[in-house]
Parts: sequence; C-alpha cells; structure tokens
Amino acid sequence: MFTSLKKKLLVSIFVGLVVSGSLVLLQKNSLAEAPKAAIASNAAEKVYVAPGKYDEFYAFLSGGFSGQVSVYGMPSGRLLKVIPVFAVNPENSYGFSEESKPMLETSHGFVPWDDSHHPWLSQTAGQDDGRWLFINANNTPRIARIDLTTFKTVEILEIPNSGGNHGSPFGTMNTDYLVASTRFAVPIPQKDVPLKDVKEFKGSISFIKVDKKSGEMSVAFQVMVPGIDYDLAHCGKGPSDGWCFFTSYNSEKAHTLIEVNASKNDKDFLAAVNWKALEACVAGGKAKDVKANFVHNVYSDEVHSAKTTRLNTVKTLDLLSCPGSVYYIPIAKSPHGSDVDPTGEYIIGGGKLASQITAYSFAKLQEAIKAKKVVGEFEGVPILDYASVMAGEVKKPCLGPLHTEFDGKGFGYTSCFVSSEVVKWKLGTWEVVGHMPTYYSLGHLMIPGGNTMKPWGKYVFAMNKITKDRYLPTGPELNQSAQLIDISGDKMEMLLDFPTIGEPHYAQGIAADLVKKNQKRIYKLEDNKHKYAVKNEEEGKVVREGKSVHVYMASIRSHFTPDNIEGLKVGDDVFFHVTNLEQDWDIPHGFSILGANTAELLIMPGETMTYKWSPKAAGVYPFYCTDFCSALHQEMQGYLRVSAAGSKTPIKFGTGKDL
Amino acid sequence: MFQSLMSRASTPSRVMITVASLLFLITFIAPLWEISLSAPQYPEGLSMQIWASKFTGDVSTINILNHYIGMAPITADKFPEFQIFPKVFGAFLVLGLLVAGIGRKALSALYALLVVCFSFMALYDFYQWEYNFGHNLNPDAAIKMDDMVYQPPLIGEKVFLNISASSWPDIGGIAFVLAIVLILIAVVWDFGGFSRFKNLKNFRKRRESHVASI
Repeated sequence: MFTSLKKKLLVSIFVGLVVSGSLVLLQKNSLAEAPKAAIASNAAEKVYVAPGKYDEFYAFLSGGFSGQVSVYGMPSGRLLKVIPVFAVNPENSYGFSEESKPMLETSHGFVPWDDSHHPWLSQTAGQDDGRWLFINANNTPRIARIDLTTFKTVEILEIPNSGGNHGSPFGTMNTDYLVASTRFAVPIPQKDVPLKDVKEFKGSISFIKVDKKSGEMSVAFQVMVPGIDYDLAHCGKGPSDGWCFFTSYNSEKAHTLIEVNASKNDKDFLAAVNWKALEACVAGGKAKDVKANFVHNVYSDEVHSAKTTRLNTVKTLDLLSCPGSVYYIPIAKSPHGSDVDPTGEYIIGGGKLASQITAYSFAKLQEAIKAKKVVGEFEGVPILDYASVMAGEVKKPCLGPLHTEFDGKGFGYTSCFVSSEVVKWKLGTWEVVGHMPTYYSLGHLMIPGGNTMKPWGKYVFAMNKITKDRYLPTGPELNQSAQLIDISGDKMEMLLDFPTIGEPHYAQGIAADLVKKNQKRIYKLEDNKHKYAVKNEEEGKVVREGKSVHVYMASIRSHFTPDNIEGLKVGDDVFFHVTNLEQDWDIPHGFSILGANTAELLIMPGETMTYKWSPKAAGVYPFYCTDFCSALHQEMQGYLRVSAAGSKTPIKFGTGKDL
Repeated sequence: MFQSLMSRASTPSRVMITVASLLFLITFIAPLWEISLSAPQYPEGLSMQIWASKFTGDVSTINILNHYIGMAPITADKFPEFQIFPKVFGAFLVLGLLVAGIGRKALSALYALLVVCFSFMALYDFYQWEYNFGHNLNPDAAIKMDDMVYQPPLIGEKVFLNISASSWPDIGGIAFVLAIVLILIAVVWDFGGFSRFKNLKNFRKRRESHVASI
C-alpha cells in the first residue's frame, strides 16, 4: 500500500517535471521567436521633458472599467490628472458632495460606476478645437462632457432606448452631433419578453445635438434600426461630412453563446448613415415623440452644483419612413474600428478575426447608391455590393486588425490584437510598410489628431490589454501597459513603455497649447452664486431648521470659521457648506469629520461644497483640513459638540474665542 | 534778480512745462509703484500695484501670507492718500498748463518747488507706511522671529525669509519722475543753466565756417 502510493507519487512527480520542463522550453522558444521592437538609440532624449518644462501634447485616455479619464503628458508619459466622470472619486468628493451627487443620477437611480470607453475631442472644421472632451458610458448608456478649461465633468446625458452605449460619442467634423449606437439589441420600448424572442429586439442610433456656444447636449432624434449589435463608429469629414459609419456584429441575431453564434456568417455589416437625410426627415415631421425615461445632469460653475432634469419624451424615426438614409455594406466578420482618413474619402474597417483591412471609398459609395448596386436587404436596410464600395484591401497586414488612425502624411496605422503589433500601411496603394510589436495584445492606438483632418502625427500611442511581465510585478492584478512609438521617420521606433489607469479603450491627443491657454486657475469668489456660500469670514454661521442644521463655513489659511460648534444633536442632518475663500491658484482646502460615512471635501479656491453628516452618538467630534494647504495646515482643525437627541444645548459657534 | 524773476519764460521752457503737466495724466491711467514678491511657492511671483487712488494685483494673497507674521492687512480704506493724490495730480496738471500759459520765470520756479516738495513728501509718506506695516506686528502672530522686521525696501530689493521683495516705480511713477525732470530742466533753462546750448545756432555756424576755412 505504502510502496504503491510512493510509486504513484514518484511517477506523478516525474510527469510533472517533464510537463513543466517542456513548458519552460516552449516558453523559451516563443520568447526567442518574439520579434524585438527596434528601440531608438536616442529614445531617452526623445521622451525627456526637463524638470519644469511642458509636454508637447495632452493625451486623454479613457479609463475603461475605472469609469474615468486619465490625462497624460506626451511624450513624457507623465500622469497629469485623473478626471472623475462616471465613477465616484472619494479623493475629490465627486459623487459624495451634495453638489456632485446629481451628476451620477440616472433613470435607474444613483449609479456609482461605469465603463468609459471612447474619448472624443470637440472639433471645428475637422480639427480638434480644445474646448470639450466627450466620452461614453458603455454599461448604463450615457455621454459625458468634460470642460477643458477646468478639466471637470460638467454634463452627463443619459441615452434612452439603448442597450449599452458602445459606439459613441464620435462626433461630426463641426461637433454638430455626437452619435450613440446601441451595443445590445433590446425590446424598444422595454418590456418583459422571453429571451428566445430576440428577433423582436431592436437597435437604435441616437444623434446628440451639441450647442455650439455652451456645449450642452440634447437627444435630437433616434433612428430605429435592425437589432444587431453596433460596435464602433466615426463620422465623415470633408466630402463625407453628413455621414457616419458604424461597424456591427451579430448579424445572426444570436442571444446566447455569442462568441460562437455570432461568428457564423462570413460577413457582418458596416452601417453607412446619412445624418443629413435623417435630419431632413425629422424636419419634415417624420419623427414621432415617443415616451422615454432618461435624465440630463448639468453642472454649473456659477452655483458650483449639478442639477438633474428628468426627461420623458424622445423623437424617434422609423428607418423605413426615411428611405435612403441607412445602407449596410458587408465587412469582414466581427469587425471593430470604423475609421475615416484625414481626406474624408476612405473609411477603414478592421475585423478582429480577419487577416485583411478593408478600405471603402466614399465616392464609390455614392456611385453605388446612385447605380442601385444593392445585393440584398436586411430588415428593410439595403445591402450594397461589397466590390462596388471597396477601394482596396490591405492584404495580410497582421492578425486581428482592430483600429486605425492616420499620420496625415498618407499612412494608416492599425492596431492588431491577435498578433500584438502596430502595422503601418500606405493609403491608396494599400501596401504594408512596417510592423512594430507591442506588449501585449494591442487594443486601440492613438495618434495626436489622428482621427481629424489635420493630424499632428509624430507619435503612435499603443494601449495594450495584457501586461504580463512588462513591469515589476504587483501580484495577480496588473495595470494595463502602453507604449509610445515614434512615427516621425520612415521607420517606427519604440520610445517608451508605461502602465496606465483602468483599461484605456481609446485616447485623444491634442497640441498642449490649444488647451493650456484656456486654463482656469481659480473660481472668482464674487461670481460664486452657491446658495450657502460665504464671501468672507464674518458671514460664517450655524442655522438650525428643525432637524437640519446648515453650517455656513469659511476656510482660509489656516483656520475654519466657525471652528467650534455646539448644539448639534443626535438625529440631526448637519450640512457643512464650506467655501474656500482663497483666491490663489493651487490652494485647495479639505474637510472631514471623524466617523462620517462619506468622503472628504476637496474645495478649490472660490468654490463651495457641502458635506452631509448625521451624528449617531453624543460626544465631541474633531474635524480638520485634509489638504496640506500651508505651514499651519496641521493646525487647521476644530471641534463639534454633539448632544443627546432631546437635550437643550443651544446652537453656539465661533472662531478664536470661548463659546 | 527780481527783474529776471518776473521776466518772461522762454518758449522751450514753456513747451517743457506743458509736456510735464500732460505727463500727470498718466498717473490717472497707470500705477505709480509696484511691489513684487517672489518665493519658491510662487514661481510666477506676486505683485501689487499702487495707483494714485487704489491698489491692484495680488493684494488678498499677499495679505494671507502677511497674516502669518502678524502684519496688518493692506486695505484701501486705511489710506487717506487715495483721496488726496488724484486731486494733487489734477492740480499739478492744471497749474502746469496755467504756468506754461502765463509764462513767467518766477511762476515756473514756484511750480517746480511745489512739485519737488510734494514728491519728497510722498516718498517720506510711503516710507512711513512701509515702516508701520513692517514694524507694528500682531504679537499673536504664528511666525515670530527675533529682531526680524518686515519693512519692504523703499526702492530696490530685499529678502525676508523665503520671500524676496522688490519695490520699483511703475509707469505712473516713471511719468511723475519724468515730469519733475522736465520741469527742473525748464527752470534751469530759463535761468541760464544751458547757455551753451542756446547758442547752438551760432555754434553750428561757427563750426561750418571753420570747416569751410579748412
């Protein structure tokens, strides 16, 4: 018994050794075979930004499952800021302060998280203008607008009748509209149906109007389209302005085991949508006001608060009532990127499972429509003949071409997920001119201005999905990796490698000067119209209104007014409205109370923020400034006295004296 | 002497006094003086401008910094000068134009005396304020250094702890100084201080004839 067990053990150890040995061999072999990136000999010099100097570009990276946007300096790769957008951020009270809570309100209630995918910079005449950054929420369909004078999320609009907002916000060349296409087909309007009745599900593509002056968004109209899964998009520019192009998958309309069931057809569809035609149909009264339930959250720098407006109708347009507005073009199955070159003539479609990149011609598309080169129909949408619209194919570029950006010098750069590389190819001749391996499994890439009519070129920024051994290990959970590649010469050269925040799905890059010159440094105290703001220390006070107590508090180096408060009671809701009286750049003050079930306040100069506290037990509670504001920051503190629920302790407050 | 005092002022001197009076206009549209501070935390510096009638610049920020050393806050209501100075400069403007118009040497001299006296008084006043702000510190101040005074320089630069302060005339102040210089030149001109230049024409002629003879 014992010996046989011993034998078995020996055998299994031996087998184990052989297996692991061969694995090591395999790994060694694969490592030896992996192509090595050409690292420029002067790479360090090219990414070195001397202390006190600025980067040439701002790079805005989506946070993916972090829900936020991170801002990096390019080429240095220095992290400048993380902008909270769709997820709470205790660090600066986003989603915790009374003023910011409405930003994360939805028709489903307060949602503290989302999956932010595609940042898109506002454009004027097909060029980045540095005014706003828009980004989609993939999970609970929304679009956010970030004001680039304050780097703050100032608006979030919920998209009704959508089952996940992936193909978004990709705007038009003058930021007339942003688009939002549903990733999941769902019953529209929502209702209780068996999941096998997926054929009844519908898709929607929404056009979001952007006010030219304020940037404020509104759902202009939605067009109801066949219920397939819309993926990515880009709108036309120059000659193709007036059209937007959406990739889609699951033309099989599968509802389970999508990875298999949606990969049966050899081709999926690229949807070409003529938004000017749709606009005309809407203007012609063909749209219907349909009941919907969605919210619009707007933040105002004047009152330093966000407000939620609930909306209940949306204009929808049935595709069939507006013929000639939507066409399907066959595309290699399970496509991803839909990217328009700087001239506006070519639309590039990648296929994650394909071994080719297809370029469609806008001019040929127009001819094909005129000549009625229709090969079929999909739920009322005409399918155009592939060959009549196709301009060229980049043959065998790599495996899994995913997303393409342009350098403005006649080249396209496509990310390849499966073969983990950037491939450079020439527009027009469709020949591959270079490969650059990335580490590992490249998702999206970004060239500054690479989706506009005037790319700055210079760099490709590769955002990878898998990190493995790139950096010092940090346990099972690793940050995503990214690489910066120089594309100023004929050959791509690897420059820099650094980890990113969350999971960037896309990024935007813009010349720093366009954004830098508009930066706001402080909020002017005299413009502060917050209901509970104090303009000087003398206005500090405590007012009881039944069970609610409002503290009008001033903070200035290095004390709060009032900093001693008595007369608070168990069962009260105490609102601390703290105004930072400083008017000097980069002098924030913080605020927090021992035991409070919320996050600190971080208040910028001239701003007012509110901290809600409901004391649960009598006692003395300290509070203090949580931002190292000055040499006497540590001394910036105070006491709150909480008495029992029925006690008669009167409200008293002050600073610098006994109460 | 008396006769020469009452005699008419020359045209160049009257022109100079006219220009000088007009320079006083600038004191209404530009600051007189600038005090600027630089510290490691303020890479772009802080500055306050002193006008005839007000302060501008980073006064509130400077006050916040000053409160640590117990310096009284700098506020406009403490300075009666802001009521007086615009009137004085206005008076100088009108008086100057009158003096130039009437054109008597004696009046020019009197005018010069007035302006120069005022400028010394103003500088002394400025020094007094700086002395008061720099010495009368709140005994409860957070930062106390033995024997440390925080009087900014009247003119020039000085270092206090982590802050280097400099004090220089601004555009209005420079215009004021220029006006004084012009007025003084005008007076000296009339009282024969530049007799060599007055004979410039003759000098040129003589030189030309000299050159010709060579």
